Parts: sequence; structure tokens; C-alpha cells
Amino acid sequence: MKFWIGAALVLALGVGLPFLPINEYVFYAGYVVLTFVVLATAWNILGGYAGYVNFGPPAFFGIGSYAAVVLFKSLNAPLVVQIAGAALMGGLLGLGVGAMTLRLRGIFFAIATVAITFILETLMVNWRYVGGATGLQLLRPPVELYASYTRMLFAVMVAMSVGAVAIARYIQTSWLGRGLRSLRDSEEAAEASGVPTLKLKLFACAVSGGLMGAAGAPMPMYLSFIEPASTFNLSYTVGSLGGAIIGGMAHWAGPIVGAILLGTLQQVVTVTISNEMNVLVVGVLLVVFVVAAPEGILGLARKVFRR
Amino acid sequence: MSSILKIKGVSKTFGGFTALSNVSLEIAQGERFGLIGPNGSGKTTLINCVSGALRNEAGSIEFDGEDVTRLPAYQRTRRGIARSFQVPRPFHSMTVAENLTVPLEYIAHKGSLHVADTHAEALDLLRQMKLADKADTPSRNLSQVELRKLELARAMAARPRLLISDEAMAGLSGSEVEEVLEILLALNAKGITIIMIEHIMQAVMRFSQRVVCLDAGRIICEGAPAEIVKNAEVQRAYLGA
Repeated sequence: MKFWIGAALVLALGVGLPFLPINEYVFYAGYVVLTFVVLATAWNILGGYAGYVNFGPPAFFGIGSYAAVVLFKSLNAPLVVQIAGAALMGGLLGLGVGAMTLRLRGIFFAIATVAITFILETLMVNWRYVGGATGLQLLRPPVELYASYTRMLFAVMVAMSVGAVAIARYIQTSWLGRGLRSLRDSEEAAEASGVPTLKLKLFACAVSGGLMGAAGAPMPMYLSFIEPASTFNLSYTVGSLGGAIIGGMAHWAGPIVGAILLGTLQQVVTVTISNEMNVLVVGVLLVVFVVAAPEGILGLARKVFRR
Repeated sequence: MSSILKIKGVSKTFGGFTALSNVSLEIAQGERFGLIGPNGSGKTTLINCVSGALRNEAGSIEFDGEDVTRLPAYQRTRRGIARSFQVPRPFHSMTVAENLTVPLEYIAHKGSLHVADTHAEALDLLRQMKLADKADTPSRNLSQVELRKLELARAMAARPRLLISDEAMAGLSGSEVEEVLEILLALNAKGITIIMIEHIMQAVMRFSQRVVCLDAGRIICEGAPAEIVKNAEVQRAYLGA
């Protein structure tokens, strides 16, 4: 109950804030941070709960972006439909990746997910309809309600974040989450305890992929542009993994804390120092956390408060 | 007595290595069955085929009149075949009690969402295994004998009709062996068929009503414990006379 009140408050705040006369940049940067909240939360469903490290968030994010562009260009579909289509494509790709878990574990699974990113990027580079390598300029439809398209997208992303977190929280606290945890600890023992490991892995991959796809859907409209190199950029991998690892992977709140912290820091460093420096900062933070606090900020906080 | 498990002509190879060749075996309802043999003789492979962790290339496995040869492991567990692992595989990120809630939730209470009920049941099982005081301990902090008991407790949480105990006593001291043996006998007294794989001969002899000795993937001898120890082939292959 407490969770739902909190979720409703965040949602109300997210939808209401863009009406206020606040500097446009806040929403411009906030949108990116929220994208990483969704990505890290989605990544954690497979990576944190089930223990399958997915290095391919750009593949899911990118397939979502391109699905949205195709829907927009061919049918002039509204944003909601674009997001739904993107989630569907991400989910389907997730099922494919889930099937790979039959044979691939650990580092081999991780490498395969990187390969999928490159394959998809190459496909899009060679697909004329969506602009190929040079990309495609997109004309934003007019916005109602909000003063600008960016403000509207910010509200949409807040809603998506709340939705993603609610899904992740449900999975974590239900029998699904306990099943995923058991297979992360030992797949053989999980099977021997009656856990249908393959079905659960497919489910986790599909949900995780679907959410990442959905997160990618508004990006082309946000930029008014799409092209393969930035859409399938590995920085999405770093953002998703980094958010989850820095925040803590055992709890649904971890990726939120991590992604907000990391995303905000990245925005600040990009603006005040340089874009290159921001990559360095993320790298250093990741190393520090993996070595000094493998359970993330949440794990650290738990230790401190127990004392 | 009717058979609960029928293994018919089961073979399993790993590359060019034949781990099991044409093994046939019947286990009676309620039986205490001992499986012995030297290291690498195929004991664990056989029970992996029975539990579904491995698929046998030839032959069939029937449990309670149903052919389970092609069923995935979790389906077999749900039908009543539970096992412990030779090297304990606890769910190390969970507490001892939580380890048991997994099979309780996925088998006994499939579809219902009452975590509280499963917790009470888990505690009850832990009490039977004399592990109740460790219920809230993270399972990675357990000692060897506690891990073995956890393996058995988790297998029991699946409410099995056939329990396969894979070297549950390996590496334990004399009194600890006694403790585990008593647990297994008590479970059998409740009507659960038990297959015991063990290297500790005194335990096998005391426990089993019938013993089979495997060597290089074949059954070389079958009979009452007393006959087995006298068998020349068993002595050559395993006991080392």
C-alpha cells in the first residue's frame, strides 16, 4: 500500500511538474535520466534476479526506437501505439535471447547479447526505409496540453518508470522472483525443486526486453532524428548495468537509486566538464562499486543501519 | 509389492565414454534401496537420468506407471521424484527456511500465494531434520552436516514419494552419519521409497533392504546386503579384497 501511494505521488509530480514554468533544460536532461531508470530496472529483472548478464540493452532499446519510427512513418501512429509496438518487439527479441539461455551461460551468454546488438545495428544501417546509415529526420506532431514536446515526453517517461518499477517490484516479491533467485543460485537445484527454469527465464527475458524496447520508443521523437550508431550505442549498456550495479541488484529500489545518481552525474559532468569525462566518471564509479560495495548503495546502506 | 520406479535398458554416453550401458532396475513401493559402486561407475549418472537432470539416449524410465523419460526435471519433481545433490547446492542467497519455500511454493502450493503458510510448513520440516534453530541463517553460513540436512529437507519439501539421497553422508563424522541415517529411516517409515547412494558401507548395509552394485556403467550384482559383501565381483570392483 505504501508503495502505491508513493508511486501515485511520483506520477502526479511527474505529470504536473512540466506545467510549471521551469527551465526547459530540466525536462530535457530529466528525460534521459528517467530513460536510464527504466533501462536499469528492466535490466535488473534478468541480470539481477535471474543472474543472466545482458550486455545488449542497446539491441532492445534500438529495436524499440526503430519499431516506433516504422509505426510513425508508415501509419502515422500516435506515441502510445509506438510504445506498445516497441514493447512488443523488445519482448519478442527477449524471447529469442531467452532461448539462448538453454545453451549459453555466464560470459558466453553476455558475449552473445553483444553480438545481437551488432547484428541489429548492421541491419538498420542497410535498411533504406528507416534512413540507413545517414539516419532519418522526423517531424514531431503538434502537442496538446503541454507547452512543448519535450515536457510531454518527460511526463510519459515518468509514467513509464513508475510502470517499470511496479512490474519489477511485483516480480521480486512474488513466487516469480523467488523462482528466479533459486535458478540464479543453482539451476539444477531449482529444477529439482520443481521450478520450471526455462519458462521463468523466457518470462524474465521477455519482460526485461519489452520494458527496454518501450524505453527506446520515444527517443526518436525526443531527438527528432534517428540513426543507427547512436541508437545502438554501448553507452546504454553502461547506463543499464551501471545503474543496477551501483544502486544494488537485489532489490527493486536499487536500479532507481543507481540510475538517478549515475544519470544525473553524467548530465552534470557532460555540461560542466566534457562528454569524454563523463564516460571516465562512470568507469571509475563502476570499478569502485564492484570492488568496494558489490551489493551497491542499498547493500551499503543496509550494513550501515544494521550497525 | 508393486514397483514405483522401473528403469528399462537405460544407456547414457558422454562423447565416446559410456557411463551407463543397458541398465535395468525396479524399485518397489516403500523400499529402502542401496546403490553402491566405485567412483565413476555411473551411480550419479543413473540418478541424474531418473531425476531428469540428464536425458538417457536409450531405454525408458517409468515412475508410478507413467513414462517420464522425456519429461523435464521439474515435471518429474512435481510427480514425486525428489533428490539431494552429492555436492550440496543450496540457494545460497536465501536463508535456510527460504530454501524450503521454493519447492513448497512451486509444488505443494502451486498457484496459491500464501507465503506465510509455506513458512510454517518449512519450519515444521526443519524441525524434523533438527535444523529448526538455523531457519533464519543464510544458507551460505551452514556447516557440512547442516548443508546435507538442508539438501534432504529441501528434497522433502517437494513432498516426494521417491527420495534419492546422493551421498548425503560423505565427509561426515560417525555421529553425524548416525544422525542422517536416522532421518532417512524415519522418512522411510512414513512410506517414502528411498534410493541411497553411499560409499559408507556400514550405513548402506544397515539401511538397505536390497543393494545393487554398479561398475563401469553395468549392474554387476544385486541382492540383500549380506550377499553383496560376499560377492566376489563386488569385492574385486569395489570393496577391494
